Amino acid sequence: MARDVVITGIGLASSLGEGVEAHAQALAANAAPVVDAQSFAPYPLHPLKPLELDRQIPKKSDQRQMEPWQRLGVYAAGLALDDAALKDDAEAKSELQVIVAAGGGERDHAVDAAVLAGLRNANQPGAFLNERLMSDLRPTLFLAQLSNLLAGNIGIVHGITGASRTLMGEEQAGVDAIRTAQARIAAGQADLILVGGAYNAERRDMLLLFELGGFLRAADFAPVFARTDLPGMITGSAGAFLVLESAERAAARGAKVHARLSHAGAHRSRRQPGSVAKALDEMLAAFGPLAPDALVISAATGCAAITDEEAAAIAKAVPQSRLVAAGDLVGHSIEAAFPVSVALAAAALSTGAANEAIVTGAAHWRGEGAVRLVKA
Amino acid sequence: MGANHRDSQGRPIVAVTGLGIVTSLGQGKDANWEALTAGRSGIHRIERFPTEGLRTTIAATVDFLFDGSFAAPELSEKLATLAADEAVAQSGLGEAGDFPGELFMAVPPVEMEWPQKQELAQAIEGETDYDALLRVAAGHKHQPMHELFLFGGVAEHIAEKFGTKGSPISLSTACSSGATAIQMGVEAIRRGETEAALCIGTDGSVHAEALIRFSLLSALSTQNDPPEASAKPFSKNRDGFVMGEGAGALVLEDYDHALARGATILGIVAGCGERGDGFHRTRSSPDGKPAILAMQDALADAGLTPDDVDYINAHGTSTPENDKMEAMSCSAVFGERMAKLPISSNKSMLGHTLTAAGAVEAVISLMTIANGRIPPTINYSQPDPAIAIDVVPNQARDAKVRTVLSNSFGFGGQNTCLVLTAGPKAA
Repeated sequence: MARDVVITGIGLASSLGEGVEAHAQALAANAAPVVDAQSFAPYPLHPLKPLELDRQIPKKSDQRQMEPWQRLGVYAAGLALDDAALKDDAEAKSELQVIVAAGGGERDHAVDAAVLAGLRNANQPGAFLNERLMSDLRPTLFLAQLSNLLAGNIGIVHGITGASRTLMGEEQAGVDAIRTAQARIAAGQADLILVGGAYNAERRDMLLLFELGGFLRAADFAPVFARTDLPGMITGSAGAFLVLESAERAAARGAKVHARLSHAGAHRSRRQPGSVAKALDEMLAAFGPLAPDALVISAATGCAAITDEEAAAIAKAVPQSRLVAAGDLVGHSIEAAFPVSVALAAAALSTGAANEAIVTGAAHWRGEGAVRLVKA
Repeated sequence: MGANHRDSQGRPIVAVTGLGIVTSLGQGKDANWEALTAGRSGIHRIERFPTEGLRTTIAATVDFLFDGSFAAPELSEKLATLAADEAVAQSGLGEAGDFPGELFMAVPPVEMEWPQKQELAQAIEGETDYDALLRVAAGHKHQPMHELFLFGGVAEHIAEKFGTKGSPISLSTACSSGATAIQMGVEAIRRGETEAALCIGTDGSVHAEALIRFSLLSALSTQNDPPEASAKPFSKNRDGFVMGEGAGALVLEDYDHALARGATILGIVAGCGERGDGFHRTRSSPDGKPAILAMQDALADAGLTPDDVDYINAHGTSTPENDKMEAMSCSAVFGERMAKLPISSNKSMLGHTLTAAGAVEAVISLMTIANGRIPPTINYSQPDPAIAIDVVPNQARDAKVRTVLSNSFGFGGQNTCLVLTAGPKAA
């Protein structure tokens, strides 16, 4: 018999600021996004509203050991733990499992540019590369780049001694993380899981990766579902973590429950026209009868055909829904995009703005996911 | 319908029905077993890239799969494909390209590599900064680089090739990743979500920058000469690990499902344990507490006690700190028995296959059970008086092994332990 899984902690930080309230208000008010069109032109993006790091990462030495994506993730994780009233509960933190959806850390852009320039004229390129990297790479940079070190830093900073796992694979990592967490608690394999991700959009190395594939919108901001003129992603810096808990455990400690995570699905379709819509159709159908007026938060990318198919699947499953693209509020945050969307949905249920919510996400290249949240 | 077998906690039993391995010692179980039991090292001088100016010039790279140049994800994918081919073929499960189970893959983090950046830079007239690289990328003439350097790329390709079901998992728990891939497969089968899982750990990422990063952390052995003597786990003169490459693949299957189709049961993944360590980014807690708890959790999960363990497949990296911490933690778990309980490190021969290590070593552990022979810890000529354990020095040893504890510990406070056992004698 599957156990109920509830959300007892929400941690969110983005271009809109931090916390449940700021994001719930923006969601309710259809707030205009914060867009920086200049710094990375021609690519607009949504920059992180600066954080007062000391509030969640008290030690400067810890702050220095991390790159921005890690600081953002550790910060959002701290907000979720605070919200769940677990920050000072050592026993809970020894039991708490952590699942992080992560990419990698930032390159040292100046070093890379200088090395590339030098390689052009180097007589012995291999020896030159070795020499430059041995002297120019900061030893600690590696640790700030390693995917699993976001989880590692969450453990160190917040004193979590439960185990962590890091899932990778761009947007789908966020879907897999939440689905796996939900499944483990439902099956009794865990009671308490901190799950989420963080993405720093303000870096050219990641823009480069996506632009190589032609997945970025190089034009002014336009809403996610209205980018047919020039399709593509507009990325945003965001971090989101959720505390998932068995309903029994939450009840036993009298925790405030934001919502129940009743269903979670992750899918891999062989991408071809129609496959994304079909994948989402099937997942949503398996979630049982949906309230026709459920709130829908979409983690859609804005990449033309895929995003159109996602919209079609939503319209079919919940025709009277209010559809909000997380990208229109905070931008697309890759590994964090799905956790951000689930956190927004949970915030809406928690504040009474909705009684039921569906979250969908079709990644820019591979993977589809959906979850359903209901009032606890 | 067959009997409904359950483990000591009433859960489905997770059988192993297929194994595959590729390392610097060769491709396949036979080649690896022959070399491992002969005490042969796969560590050699690096020829893949120039090593001028580097403190470490050796590694256990896999050099027999590509003729020309390649990027790390291409080698990782090739290694995984070969290991999975072997494992799936042995299991006899499903049809070619239609594996009836989920995929859990430990894959190394990826990022754009120097040759590709240089290729883009060739099209730049002036300054080679990222803005210039972006302008070249905007021409969309280098589209394959996008897919090549996505974190989810390797697992996506393996899922496509083998036809695994569900959303393929790409995971990292640093140097314990391979063990975590197995653990996630075990959990999915125990949940009844899938009747089979293809669990793979792969790593083909020895390139100049990867080596330099570990070198800058002073993690690597610098005793380059002779290369085959560089990895010396548990020895007094150990001075760091040696990077290695390889892949291990396991087909896990619900025991009853395997029995019903008459599959050969190669062993059981009886228990898994994992603990975080909030102590430090690269160092383990000096008291070894998380490692101790992870081992105890794995045994408890298997419904076994320390007395049931016949052999420990060590993490045994050959770094001063790991080996000391691991030996001390084992002593805490096994008490006086530790003086005579065999514990050996495959890394003395394979180097540290990093992301792949937990899976590679699980495959070798199951071969150890099947063959009743323990691969040695080679290069053990200067015992560390602070570590009084039986490392199965230098020579393979015949022994009846029914239960193995396999340890994996990683940067970022990752500790994952597996308990692997022989199949039940009579079903």
